[in-house]
Amino acid sequence: MSDDEAGPERDHLPAEQVESGVVDNPWRKLRAFTDARIGLGRAGISLPTHRMLEFQLAHAQARDAVHLPLDVDALCESLDEPPSPLPNQAPIRLHSRADDRITYLQRPDLGRRLNDDSAATLAEAAADDGYDLALVIVDGLSSFGVASHAAPFIEKLASELADDADFDWSLAPLTVIEQGRVAIGDDVGERLAARCVVVLVGERPGLSSPDSLGLYLTWNPHVGVTDADRNCISNVRPAGLALDEAAQRLLYLLKEARRGEQSGVALKDRSGGEAIENETEQKNFLTG
Amino acid sequence: MAAPYRYTIGARTYRFDDLAEVMAKANHARSGDRLAGVIAETAEERVVAQMVLADLPLTVFLEDLLIPYEDDEITRLIVDTHDAEAFAPIRHFTVGDFRNWLLADDTSAEVIAAVRPGITPEMAAAVAKIMRNQDLILVAKKCRVVTAFRNTIGQAGHLSTRLQPNHPTDDATGIAASILDGLLYGNGDAVIGINPATDNVAQSVRLMKMLDEIIARYEIPTQSCVLTHVTNTLEAIEAGAPVDLVFQSIGGTEATNSSFGFGLADLAEAREAALALKRGTVGDNVMYFETGQGSSLSADAHHGLDQQTCEARAYGVARHFKPLLTNTVVGFIGPEYLYDGKEIIRAGLEDHFCGKLLGVPMGVDVCYTNHAEADQNDMDTLLTLLGVAGVNFVMGIPGSDDIMLNYQTTSFHDALYARRALDLRPAPEFDAWLTRMGIFAEGDQYRLAETLPESFAHSLSRLPEGADHE
Repeated sequence: MSDDEAGPERDHLPAEQVESGVVDNPWRKLRAFTDARIGLGRAGISLPTHRMLEFQLAHAQARDAVHLPLDVDALCESLDEPPSPLPNQAPIRLHSRADDRITYLQRPDLGRRLNDDSAATLAEAAADDGYDLALVIVDGLSSFGVASHAAPFIEKLASELADDADFDWSLAPLTVIEQGRVAIGDDVGERLAARCVVVLVGERPGLSSPDSLGLYLTWNPHVGVTDADRNCISNVRPAGLALDEAAQRLLYLLKEARRGEQSGVALKDRSGGEAIENETEQKNFLTG
Repeated sequence: MAAPYRYTIGARTYRFDDLAEVMAKANHARSGDRLAGVIAETAEERVVAQMVLADLPLTVFLEDLLIPYEDDEITRLIVDTHDAEAFAPIRHFTVGDFRNWLLADDTSAEVIAAVRPGITPEMAAAVAKIMRNQDLILVAKKCRVVTAFRNTIGQAGHLSTRLQPNHPTDDATGIAASILDGLLYGNGDAVIGINPATDNVAQSVRLMKMLDEIIARYEIPTQSCVLTHVTNTLEAIEAGAPVDLVFQSIGGTEATNSSFGFGLADLAEAREAALALKRGTVGDNVMYFETGQGSSLSADAHHGLDQQTCEARAYGVARHFKPLLTNTVVGFIGPEYLYDGKEIIRAGLEDHFCGKLLGVPMGVDVCYTNHAEADQNDMDTLLTLLGVAGVNFVMGIPGSDDIMLNYQTTSFHDALYARRALDLRPAPEFDAWLTRMGIFAEGDQYRLAETLPESFAHSLSRLPEGADHE
């Protein structure tokens, strides 16, 4: 599946093709203004067959994104020789304390900590004077998002970091974690003595977005950090926030975090412009 | 602390240290109680805890407070408003007797209503734990709770819907498109309620004005709500915004509500402000609350209680402020609190029962997220069961897909399914409007008209450019 074929077109029914036994809704043309599933038509008062199956397909894709395990071998292979300024070594493979998916889904606390083997593995990778930044890839709730976008995003971010005129960035070895949550980055960052950690995590899949990647930045990572001390860039995928733009936005946040030696609410307030706003008074067709 | 509770079965003696432990271990299994570390360790221990609970007198809940009076304003609200006179007829009951009495032939809606001020949230929570799903349905069906603002919600034989036209950027035309879709599918009598994408006062006021104009233009007998923080709504009222209903997410402990950024005094102040606007035409229920099991644990504010008990205490808060609508968003919180369809269905029935028993006008957001072990079939089951149980309202959104909140809830079509399958009508005033507007077919109250009603056809002709192709 290529990036631009994340799913079938929702409106694959040609306008002129009328499903047998279905009452169409003439207001379906309003789909030009919203992705909401309006004007689906009806069979009696129920969903027409094809509309019902479109929904089932979208849900099936989201379910698969949650449950299909991340192909860690393939991901590590694609990052075998990571671009500078990342150290030239293959990613370190780690695992949370959640042994399987069922445990993971019910025990978020276990997904936030490394298991004992992983902690020992990481101890060998720690540097005496630490790192400026650790990049941590976590499967999270969408293996699709990580498998599709993590490696290309890291290429783009590495390029931004290499070109940064303001700071030199010393990077920790890449880590890839199975059955992890966002906060497991704190555990990794602390063990690597990283001054900042960025977690690339598969986001909870939406019905029409099974492949979103989330980016979480935490300054001074250590076990016990709360979400108020993080900055998040969400919905990173070709059909959402493009990878290029996400990399630029993350670099901006990284530099701000490094200047202010902090992350979270205070940082976001000063960066501004992230919130979705509709400042203009808008008309709509219902009130003219 | 009270003496430990003991129960011997065969050679084994079970011991529960306190009332909270009995309550938690008697709870039907769910992931949130496991996460909190309060769940029964074995299936046998769970039933033993239910047996212990069944033999406890109801008065224990007035004496052995699960969260101390001095620590929690919701405990104080429950204790200070308890009506001993109303409680008198059931005062001598155990929890098990209470279940039998609720199910008894002679315990009518009127009898329950008379006793209701004597029932505390903890008593409701306790009896729910020893009821099967069919008990929860049968008793809830007796407990009619009718409220009114511009229409009348909750009468026997009626099912209302909240039209939820959310849009990821609050785009006015996108929201209007979903509203039109919902109205033409006969939805929106409980409220037209938007979760704003941006939670600030200016944005909320814009949406309030838009909804007010739509309701006025088409003379729709319904009410609007923008689901923003209670303090934002209060500011909007002070700025002259057309506020019908005041919204707030509420929990069952003071610490939960503190984490949400409000206290009971804020609810009281906002309610007074909304009442002063006198915008209701057939009633003055001006509050809209949302709840859901797991919110207290999520805020680390559960005091070691199980999540169903915390939830029942939230209904103790709700009933004090005489809401038009209270909605348990049962499957939204995720599988770490309610793991699968079975747990979501059970929790939905418990919440609806506890709310109705306490006199709260309950609706249920029959919903799930993509990381829960649930699907559309589970939602069909819960919707049908709640329809039988007499739920006041459910959600209605286009095609079950909330594109802003990223979860699945009941669709406009689903509401029509429940109405047709269970012979349920919309709110009477809204029902009459649907017929008057030509949305329902003439002469058949469960059939939609084949043609687009004239006034909406006219509206569609005003579409901006770009709408002719998808």
